[in-house]
Amino acid sequence: MSLTPQDIARIANLARLELKPEESERMLTQINGFFGIVEAMQAVDTTGITPMAHPVAAIQDITLRLRPDVASEPNQRDLNQQSAPAVERGLFLVPKVIE
Amino acid sequence: MTTLHDMTVAELAQALKARQVSAVETAQHFIARSQADMTSAGTGSFLALNPEATLAQAAASDARIANGTAQALEGVPLGHKDIFVTREFPTTAGSKMLDGYRSPFDATVVHKLASAGMVTVGKLNCDEFAMGSANENSAYGKVTNPWDAARVPGGSSGGSAAAVAARLVPAATGTDTGGSIRQPASFCGITGIKPTYGRASRYGMIAYASSLDQAGPMARSAEDCALLLSAMCGADIDRDSTSLDMPSEDFTASLNNSIEGLRIGIPKEFFGEGLAADVRAAVDGALREYEKLGAKLVPISLPRTELSIPVYYIIAPAEASSNLSRFDGVKFGHRAKDYTDLVDMYKKTRAEGFGNEVKRRIMTGAYVLSHGYYDAYYLQAQKIRRMIADDFQNAFKECDVIAGPVAPSVAWKFGENANDPVADYLADIFTLPASLAGLPGMSVPAGFGAQGMPVGLQLIGNYFKEAQLLNAAHRLQQATDFHLQKPVGV
Repeated sequence: MSLTPQDIARIANLARLELKPEESERMLTQINGFFGIVEAMQAVDTTGITPMAHPVAAIQDITLRLRPDVASEPNQRDLNQQSAPAVERGLFLVPKVIE
Repeated sequence: MTTLHDMTVAELAQALKARQVSAVETAQHFIARSQADMTSAGTGSFLALNPEATLAQAAASDARIANGTAQALEGVPLGHKDIFVTREFPTTAGSKMLDGYRSPFDATVVHKLASAGMVTVGKLNCDEFAMGSANENSAYGKVTNPWDAARVPGGSSGGSAAAVAARLVPAATGTDTGGSIRQPASFCGITGIKPTYGRASRYGMIAYASSLDQAGPMARSAEDCALLLSAMCGADIDRDSTSLDMPSEDFTASLNNSIEGLRIGIPKEFFGEGLAADVRAAVDGALREYEKLGAKLVPISLPRTELSIPVYYIIAPAEASSNLSRFDGVKFGHRAKDYTDLVDMYKKTRAEGFGNEVKRRIMTGAYVLSHGYYDAYYLQAQKIRRMIADDFQNAFKECDVIAGPVAPSVAWKFGENANDPVADYLADIFTLPASLAGLPGMSVPAGFGAQGMPVGLQLIGNYFKEAQLLNAAHRLQQATDFHLQKPVGV
């Protein structure tokens, strides 16, 4: 199976990445090169195998925890916004999305 | 007294407690060494220093030593991989995306090591967002291998490994997703351990592949790694949803236990034709040492070793594409200057901020997660991942620890794999299986290969058996002096 230039354009859009034409070309060759080694995986019979997300689930039950729904963090708005590219009156600025 | 930078963590901790040297003097010594390395034709290990903050931490250590409240590692300096967020130092993750970023908080691991008394010297170079095997993917320049400046230090914790090998710091933190502690430790001739997935908190460790990322220490000896690991581990229930509810241990307690009768599994798949002869010779030599120490070598099989490459390079990029969606030019980090609308701003920001390898992994990840491909790639990889983990459990019925090479070769020369990312992926073959299974693994200096480059022996333990690994590593280091060797000029 091989990816096409159209696939690259579609994924780049999904991933919100602007690629220059030469970058797209290189990406196509390299990703197709990688999928060459993925073929071996496709041949494995995995019938009845449960996918594993947390590795320690190999030996014990792992359930994702929920913590109590109580505020535990102090308000650090200024600190949290100190590395933001554009902030005004405590709000993150983005290009206009609603006319 | 030995020169400060030739002392181990254990020796420094003792000298500081005995007040043979002050924490401030110690900090000054390592700051000066690191500054010299940053300005001359150095290793490129350090990305940021903050002498004022370091000396303030050291002064606080001296005060605690004076008033009798000194902690286990009081006043001992260390460097942090730049993937851990820190309040007092910039954090870049080796990416242009985070140029100038300052974190409002410290990562749990950073906090825990500071609570154990350690003093932060600075932040260490790494592959961008920890994606790479040679530290060639950092946006802030390469790191050279202290054993041969024409060679890579390994990656992604390349700055950490090079800084320890060049004795710029006695110890450093690293992170290991597919081998990023073990492989650079092997390439630079130092000792490093990745604990069981979930033992060290991931809070404040900039996420690459969340189901694989794990923090660990890198130092010259197993004893030093045990000291740091004891301070790093422990539950972080409210801040890391995958943190195991399990207390840390004193990993130094069993270092000197006898290893008489220890069964060491030798996976035949780790000794195939892809393994360089010089690496094999060093690894075989270390295994003979183990036999002299009373251990028994047991042949085992890890039949899906080769499959771990595609499985890892599907799962890790999938998780990366999701984790790195947060870099959008809104809340922190780089934002493009010119754009037409919001989506255009995202696209240009990410195009400018990310390097090639990161873009490739985001693309691969987005593809395997996309509609129509999820089952065939991502889910299939997660299923084979369980089979790989089960293979290890079968192997551990016959042995206590598993040993083999860390990497198929010694550190390669710069540029050798530059146009072929798959060549780097293939070189990760021996570290990926334990990563996918979430098992603890370490690299221990095992000798030298071609051109005098260091070779690491990989030890893999069963879940939560870090103490056993460190014990086995320490016993080897009592019998050999590979970990005491230093590069010419250091």
